[in-house]
Amino acid sequence: MIPQVIEKHRSTTPDFDVNRIRRDFPILSEIINGWPLAYLDNAASSQHPVAVLQAIDTYYRESHANVHRGVHTLSQRATECYEGARDKVRRFINARSTHEIIFVRGTTEAINLVAQSYGRANFKPGDEIVLTWLEHHANIVPWQLLAGELGIVLRVAPIDARGMVDYDAYESLLGPRTRLVAFAHASNALGTVLPVKRMVAAARARGIPSLVDGAQAVPHLKVDVQALDCDFYAFSGHKMFGPTGIGVLYGREALLEAMPPWQGGGDMILTVSFTKGTTYNTLPYKFEAGTPNIADAIGLGAAIDYINALDWDALTAYENDLLAYATHRVGALPGIKLIGTADEKVSVLSFVMDGVHPHDLGTILDTEGIAVRTGHHCAMPVMEYFNLPATARASFAFYNTRAEVDRLVAALTRARAVFA
Amino acid sequence: MDLKDLYRDVIVDHNRRPRNFGPLATANHSAEGHNPLCGDRLKLYIDVEGDTLADVAFEGSGCAISVASASLMTEALKGRALTDVRDYCDEVHKLLTQHDFVPTRDLGKLVALSGVREFPARVKCASLCWHTLLAALESKPQTVKTE
Repeated sequence: MIPQVIEKHRSTTPDFDVNRIRRDFPILSEIINGWPLAYLDNAASSQHPVAVLQAIDTYYRESHANVHRGVHTLSQRATECYEGARDKVRRFINARSTHEIIFVRGTTEAINLVAQSYGRANFKPGDEIVLTWLEHHANIVPWQLLAGELGIVLRVAPIDARGMVDYDAYESLLGPRTRLVAFAHASNALGTVLPVKRMVAAARARGIPSLVDGAQAVPHLKVDVQALDCDFYAFSGHKMFGPTGIGVLYGREALLEAMPPWQGGGDMILTVSFTKGTTYNTLPYKFEAGTPNIADAIGLGAAIDYINALDWDALTAYENDLLAYATHRVGALPGIKLIGTADEKVSVLSFVMDGVHPHDLGTILDTEGIAVRTGHHCAMPVMEYFNLPATARASFAFYNTRAEVDRLVAALTRARAVFA
Repeated sequence: MDLKDLYRDVIVDHNRRPRNFGPLATANHSAEGHNPLCGDRLKLYIDVEGDTLADVAFEGSGCAISVASASLMTEALKGRALTDVRDYCDEVHKLLTQHDFVPTRDLGKLVALSGVREFPARVKCASLCWHTLLAALESKPQTVKTE
């Protein structure tokens, strides 16, 4: 198959030079099945600027040793890099202190940590946790595991046909037995941005702590945990141009202080004794048992530096324009139904095509170098609500372009022809 | 990778108009197949009389590959001896997964499924109904509810 001449990538908002940005991401030059890669699967995992790749490489070449436990120079250097990354994360989400920044494997592990540590210490049979129908499995299953064991009850706020949480229904679920609310900042399957500030405030007014799953929000929205006033905020490095295997749990210091450790091992202790008992390390180390993922934490720090150096207003305008363009173009195709049309969305476009199963769409798009996700997006309750087995999902980052949307539209048209 | 290899006319046709689709009133075995990755779901009904697969039908939802594979399977196997049916399952499994496989018997239209070899992510779609058929054959005889 011979690719058509690919239209040149153009910026559509004046202050944002997308071609300069694209040069920072080597993988975007890959040829896939004879076509230039059009990577539209950023909600699953985003790509990496050279700065991130170099930070990891340089760390391993010049600074690697174990952290927090050596007097030798390299160990001190590694510790400085690792703790430096923690402070970058703190500033990135405006936490008060690095005591509140715990490095974990990703959002999933962060939520499991809260469930296993905070949950076990605080939940009693009959207690309730309030979630929403939009949640990713990572913010459902950890609570279900706990519910089965502790006899707690999950209450789930419904969504509407546009994929927005029914706020009044959510508020009505908050009751005297509610011990935690846990919801996404933005939906991975539909892109819906939830009114988190309002939802957190409603919980706080009743003395209920809150956990926000920020995995889909951090690559698109400025996050300020103090302004949100949430008690826990979880996110992953690999969805915000950082490495896989590293993520963050932000927790309000007073809550973290009172929580028991959830994994035991080196680095999370002060003293260990068979005769005098064991005492635990201070925050955040109490929750970081064993040698941490030093290199990828440093990579995440580099991703934050990269994002911070961008003109955030221009970037937001550019992404909004791209989503509006994609929504318009894809939505206008015959036989296409957009799934999730909330007022406020991050750049995620979920859709189905009449007579063509999403998996067939995914395969056909891939033969033209276009990467989209197809399936239930680890949000099976969302699919259940819309009575769909699966959707196709194009999800954008600031390095995507209108030209790539045009290729998506052309390939979707061809896909329809295959099954016509 | 050529799309025409995967979505051959016979596949597109059997996806659009699946044969033997719907419940089977005379069924005495059944099994459900589920591919959690894709969300493909199918229910297979079979009517085993002595050593023969007297009738077979399926229902459910899935991608073109999984629907066409199930449709082609029912068409190819209806009325065949059970030993023959198991042979077919074996042959088709090899057809879907082995690049240089040359069928030892005439597989007829089922050969159209060989295109999935070039699309590893889709092999499971094509093989789902065949695994489900084996499960149905292993299942205890029962009066199958088709409602």
